[in-house]
Amino acid sequence: MLLRKMTLAVSLALSANVVFANCGDIAGKVSIVGNEFPAIHTVAKGAAACATDKLTVTSNLTADHQKINLAGLQGDPAEYTTAIIANSSIIALMNDDVIRPLDDLIAAHGADIPKSNLITIDGKVMAVAFMANAQHLAYRKDVLAEIGVEPPKTYEELLAAAEMIREKGIMENPVGGAYKSGWNLAQEFVNMYIGHGGEFYKPGTAEVAINNPQGVATLEMMKALTEYMNPDYLTHDSNATGAEMEAGNTALMNMWGSRIGALMDDEGAEEAVYSNIVVGGPMTVGGGTTPATTLWWDGWTVAKNASDEDAVATFVAMKNGTSPGILNDETMGEAVWMIEGYTPAPVNDGVFASIKAGSKPYPMLPFQGLLHTALGDNLSDFLQGKESAEQALADTEAAYTTAAKEKGFLN
Amino acid sequence: MKHKTFFWFVLPSSLAMLLFIFFPILSVLIQSVHVDTEQVIKEVKNCGPFGCETITSIDQEATQALERENPLGRFAGLTTYLDRRHLAVDEVHAAWGSTTGVGDFFNQLVNLPFYKAMSFTLAYTFIVTPLVIIFGFIIAVAVNGAVKWVRGPLIFFSLLPMLVTPLVGALTLFWMVDARGIVGNALQYLASDPNLSVKASTPLTWVMLMVYGVWHSAPFAFIVYYAGLQSVNKDTLESAMIDGASRWEQIRYVIIPHLLPLTTFIALMQLMDNFRVFEPIVSFSAEAHATSLSWAIYNDLGGETRQLSSAAATSVLTILGISILLLPVLVRTWRDFTHK
Repeated sequence: MLLRKMTLAVSLALSANVVFANCGDIAGKVSIVGNEFPAIHTVAKGAAACATDKLTVTSNLTADHQKINLAGLQGDPAEYTTAIIANSSIIALMNDDVIRPLDDLIAAHGADIPKSNLITIDGKVMAVAFMANAQHLAYRKDVLAEIGVEPPKTYEELLAAAEMIREKGIMENPVGGAYKSGWNLAQEFVNMYIGHGGEFYKPGTAEVAINNPQGVATLEMMKALTEYMNPDYLTHDSNATGAEMEAGNTALMNMWGSRIGALMDDEGAEEAVYSNIVVGGPMTVGGGTTPATTLWWDGWTVAKNASDEDAVATFVAMKNGTSPGILNDETMGEAVWMIEGYTPAPVNDGVFASIKAGSKPYPMLPFQGLLHTALGDNLSDFLQGKESAEQALADTEAAYTTAAKEKGFLN
Repeated sequence: MKHKTFFWFVLPSSLAMLLFIFFPILSVLIQSVHVDTEQVIKEVKNCGPFGCETITSIDQEATQALERENPLGRFAGLTTYLDRRHLAVDEVHAAWGSTTGVGDFFNQLVNLPFYKAMSFTLAYTFIVTPLVIIFGFIIAVAVNGAVKWVRGPLIFFSLLPMLVTPLVGALTLFWMVDARGIVGNALQYLASDPNLSVKASTPLTWVMLMVYGVWHSAPFAFIVYYAGLQSVNKDTLESAMIDGASRWEQIRYVIIPHLLPLTTFIALMQLMDNFRVFEPIVSFSAEAHATSLSWAIYNDLGGETRQLSSAAATSVLTILGISILLLPVLVRTWRDFTHK
């Protein structure tokens, strides 16, 4: 096994130089900062293939990228010439105006980038997307077959199935959920609130408006789900819920598309478990038609404070890092690539189903990060039964309003 | 040492402290009385792989023009200190007006982030600090009384909790108290409650954090006391023995008075450290049950939008809190100094 992996790695490394060498005559410095997961590594490797004696390519990929990318792009010249970001994290970079519009670079060097990959804000291209992600159902087909139920299409069906699994004594806590207090919990609220058709703000303003019937229904549904979760759910992030599923303790959960591969492979779980994990589509809730999930893209940007030479080099290298040339048997299943020549594998069905079902993208608003933090801090009291749903929502609104005033979004 | 000699002796370190401690704190203070300039918002069209929509976005030109006028942001005075996330003056006042009793008022109070953090921080500080001193003392006396050749290994093992990186130590305990971990399972068995979960219960989470705090800090008290025990006057001890003092009486009347100044030192260090409790909350994922001022600072800076003014205000409040805690000790030191 190890030997096979090693030979594969060697052959990949050898082929890399052959496949990727299409960067033209560019010089300068390319420095990448981004999140750390296999697909991002592939992109960074693809960009690094452009390196020559005139062009240096370095990368710093870390799960803490959001803590350093803003500071790393603010300097002049910028420490990083490109940041790989998602639709939520681009906001912090845009709020501080540290990334440059790409229109001139696209005209000169990127005419072949598909239009649908361009992230256009106010008529200017600010980022180039290369992969899509979404949360959707992942379930154990053997367990659902045992209780004789079709994969749930709504959260109400999921609750009913969970009750049957518990009643039959198959699993004590059949539902998994990344409900860790903080970012994860807030993300689940955002999903469910969108599923209930809720609007986060009064139209056209930064004034929050979540203390409404949809907000209460959202929290009620989240609490109903937690009744079927491991009692430690407030400490479980998506790593921990994934581990719970691999350990055979849960049968139903809302999971990130980018993490399904790790659940379905033969590492970390018994065969009876991993061979039975399959993906479904996103679920709706409360009779709504918009799925209770959000769509995400990952993309790359170019720093505003990079010299023109470095900006061109960065653009060309990153374009190469997200070109059809990076796709091969090994990298194909790492993500839902928005790259020509990509053929989806079964692990990616959920993300495609989410896009097809008309899911909404995660809100790209300058103050959404503040609301996300406020949600993450204030919802756990309700889930623990310490206060009412209305009180939790009122606390969230008050926390957000205080923060938004401090950041200058509200007066 | 003459005061003049002393002055020249500490001058280099004083300068370093001025540069690396005083000025940064000053900048935090300035940050805390300012908030960001008004962000000019405009509606823009946003297109991406999932279609187009109209969103609000920051009007960079207009906002930057405002920022050029006020590079520090808007002066806010004490607004940030008094807002809901800090001292919450208005909210506390409203709670006081509408309260039905002390319990209800307390519940409303700990629903506010600052007071929620303070309730845990103070409980942690005042429970962990004495326990650390007591356990450290007991371990030190026990090790000191052991046969010479086992002392070396004993000291090493007693120091281990302090040598282990806080995050690693906390994570180890975190996994042990998991419902499927060795401690968690044992507790379920002892309480004959298969659904008992330490991580899901606020009181048990507090206990777990405090147990970790004592486990982690007791070695510090131990090593200080152990060093102190080496300098106990042998003559006094022997004469106490001749006078027929029992082992307990020797400890009570000879050793404890001798170690008292060290206790002040340990209490000082521990009060400061425990008031800034942080790592266990993060590594135990205990945010839902227990927060602290340091955690609030981390949370303000860790979100997708960094909230610098709020974090700065919390930092200043932390410094004030520590100063108040240390006041009795500082007053005593000052008196000792002037009495000379």
